[in-house]
Amino acid sequence: MTPPSNLLTPSNDLKKRYRTDRWFQRIGLTAITFSLAFIVFLFSQIIAEGYTAFIQTNILLEVDFSEEAFAKENLAAADYPGLVKKSLAEIFPEVSSRQEKKLLFSLVSNGAAYKLKDMVAANPKIIGSRQKVWVPAGSDVDMLMKGKSDRNVAEEHRRLNDKQLTWIDKLESQGKLEKQFNRTFFTAGDSREPEMAGILGGVKGTALTLLITLALAFPIGVAAAIYLEEFAPQNRWTDLIEVNINNLAAVPSIIFGLLGLAVFINFFGLPRSTPIVGGLVLALMALPTIIIAGRASLKSVPPSIREAALGIGASKMQTVTHHVLPLAMPGMLTGAIIGMAHALGETAPLLMIGMVAFIVDIPGAINHPAAVLPVQIYLWADSPERGFTEKTSAAIIILLAFLMTMNSLAIYLRKKFEIKW
Amino acid sequence: MIYPYIIPSILALTAAIYVLGVHRAEHVATIAGGPREMHSLPTHYGVLIALCCALPAFFVLALWMVFEEKIITSLVVSHLPEEYLRLSANELSLIINEIKNIAFGGFTATTGHPGLAKAAEEYIAVLTWTRNTVSIVVLFCCIVPSWFAMRSINKDLRARNLVEGVARVLLIACAVVAILTTVGIVFSVLFESLRFFQSVPVQDFLFGLQWSPQIAMRADQAGSSGAFGAVPVLVGTFLIAAIAMIVAIPIGLLAAIYLSEYASATLRNWAKPALEILAGIPTVVYGFFAALTVAPLIRDLGTAVGLTVSSESALAAGLVMGIMIIPFVSSLSDDVIHAVPQAMRDGSLALGATRFETISNVIIPAALPGIVGSILLAVSRAVGETMIVVMAAGLSANLSVNPLSAVTTVTVQIVTLLVGDQEFDSPKTLAAFALGLLLFVFTLALNFIALRVVRKYREQYE
Repeated sequence: MTPPSNLLTPSNDLKKRYRTDRWFQRIGLTAITFSLAFIVFLFSQIIAEGYTAFIQTNILLEVDFSEEAFAKENLAAADYPGLVKKSLAEIFPEVSSRQEKKLLFSLVSNGAAYKLKDMVAANPKIIGSRQKVWVPAGSDVDMLMKGKSDRNVAEEHRRLNDKQLTWIDKLESQGKLEKQFNRTFFTAGDSREPEMAGILGGVKGTALTLLITLALAFPIGVAAAIYLEEFAPQNRWTDLIEVNINNLAAVPSIIFGLLGLAVFINFFGLPRSTPIVGGLVLALMALPTIIIAGRASLKSVPPSIREAALGIGASKMQTVTHHVLPLAMPGMLTGAIIGMAHALGETAPLLMIGMVAFIVDIPGAINHPAAVLPVQIYLWADSPERGFTEKTSAAIIILLAFLMTMNSLAIYLRKKFEIKW
Repeated sequence: MIYPYIIPSILALTAAIYVLGVHRAEHVATIAGGPREMHSLPTHYGVLIALCCALPAFFVLALWMVFEEKIITSLVVSHLPEEYLRLSANELSLIINEIKNIAFGGFTATTGHPGLAKAAEEYIAVLTWTRNTVSIVVLFCCIVPSWFAMRSINKDLRARNLVEGVARVLLIACAVVAILTTVGIVFSVLFESLRFFQSVPVQDFLFGLQWSPQIAMRADQAGSSGAFGAVPVLVGTFLIAAIAMIVAIPIGLLAAIYLSEYASATLRNWAKPALEILAGIPTVVYGFFAALTVAPLIRDLGTAVGLTVSSESALAAGLVMGIMIIPFVSSLSDDVIHAVPQAMRDGSLALGATRFETISNVIIPAALPGIVGSILLAVSRAVGETMIVVMAAGLSANLSVNPLSAVTTVTVQIVTLLVGDQEFDSPKTLAAFALGLLLFVFTLALNFIALRVVRKYREQYE
């Protein structure tokens, strides 16, 4: 016989029921903790991988800009790689064989020659003098200095052989090898060499693309929201538009890319890989988000405002433009920023319209071929070069920073202008 | 000369005419005996006249921009020497391209056609005079209608109604853009797919078991029709989506239930936006993470227990995709669970049920339709997701349901078929549109059902 239970001595059955409840609660908490832990893990992984891209190993060379090297009229045609090699050979006079020289020169990036070229172009007076110049080291040296490749593995598994390692050590002990802030990463376009690649091209392409998206999607979205919420009669057509907008919001983004390819590029003949086409596609994608947010914020304006305006003789259009719209604007702006943030991270539709081309130049106009930041990340992530992994992570850090700024702005706007009726 | 500045000049003219119109209206008002005598406010007259200036001008300009290419080409071609006119359409378009290159790019003639340099000069000349003419016509369209409108200002002109009518039409036009987008999607995918189905039969596409579109397709090639069977691609898509849902449904649902039933208000206020971060991270970041961190991890784990795991396993892509989808499931489910009336909870608890029993016996059954709807939406997300699978899943279409093997998906195939050089008459390129059609129809059906279910359910408790 089980003893009769009461409030003071709960039965085993009741204990069991509460135990189940506690277990369930713990499982729920675990689910949330897991999701949040994943976010922390993802962010820390990316930051740990990527922060090193903001510094760059440089080598100090003493370059002899001798008169005879610039005998020709055209300064840009001078043998800059030769100058780099000469000054490297001065540091290591013992290196003589062709093969060894080749190994030695591979320590310095190809970008070193461009740096000298830029120096001469900026200040031709340095010809005839000796200058100390920090030039970027090759990607393999960079990876070694940042501890991303292990020098203790067997020689045949290393990108750098033992001789190169002794040279690097010598440079380091002479203070001619240093890790410095990586300006190239913020001022250059894409490159095949990891140490020369930068994100400015992607950032500028993204800015141009988003500018077009905003210029198209925001006015059209706001106008559509106003029509549907304030003017449209309740009939089958407006129902159709509404269902249609909700469905569009859930159509996979790649389908918008197919639309852009078939309509904007093939039918209208707009140029491929350009911010104008990218902006158009992203505008169509962001439109449903902006319309839905706009309608929600128009809906939150109390009817009494409308009735008051109509009551003192304003027309329907005056009521909307003078009273309802200004009150709904903060909500609409928030929706637009969130839509823009989505567009900023979008990659798939841009692949469809050819924004994956390898573009070194920094785009200057909306009809120039351009890369955008997410596509740049995709391209670098696909690259087999070890040095691009940290660049990819660094570009992701930048992209996430932009996204966070936009989202915080949206939250700030919502908090600041939120009206409780 | 004025053509490059035509849009700014139209805008400047419009602004000037607006000011003039307002002045004119005020002037008319004083003659009529004060602004009260007028039908509308002076600004309404101003806007009306500005509209009369801008609308016709932009209309003409837009027409010209659409047809400029064709008109100028035909004008230049008609001036070309006799022998070019006998060329085929393709050769002629090459010649025209070259003329344009010479005219704009400063290239010198390469194909050795004499007289192209002259044609290029002709091209520039034609372009200059047509553009000048168009500029004049456009400015004419600015000034003449607005001048007439200005003259017609009087106290009975219903300017406000006219302006508001135009504004309303513009608003409707903007709302229709959403419909046009859908129509554009349907047509662009459908037309190219129909062209694809002319060379590959529909049943071969839908039920074929082999997918290898990279094989060169020649007209005389035997067995080429067998290479476009979509079944392996579809199986791969659903395999990865299923793995994603196995991750996302329990975690998302449990998180939603915990947040709405157990969590304190503070935790809720923090955890909800934090979960939304997962939805805000760009998919390319997830893809990078899946390929760089998760896939090697799974492969090493698999090797440690003696399994052969592909480095592009469906499991890696599916797991990461599942995590991406958690917030879609959780926030939508959270909404529906919240919509369950408090009275139902209170009733159940008052009868002595524990919270778990309330959840499992009352809340979940009541919220089930909404939860199903949110899961359907999440499935459509998973099926249409592109970047994660492009970066972390395989390219070759294996007909396999083994999560450790490499499979491919619809979106991956669309991307690989369309990135790079394309010719729009090869079945290889068109196959991407056929896959796009499948994807569109499938996700559309899912969304449609899901939105219906969610909507109906919400109405039920409102």
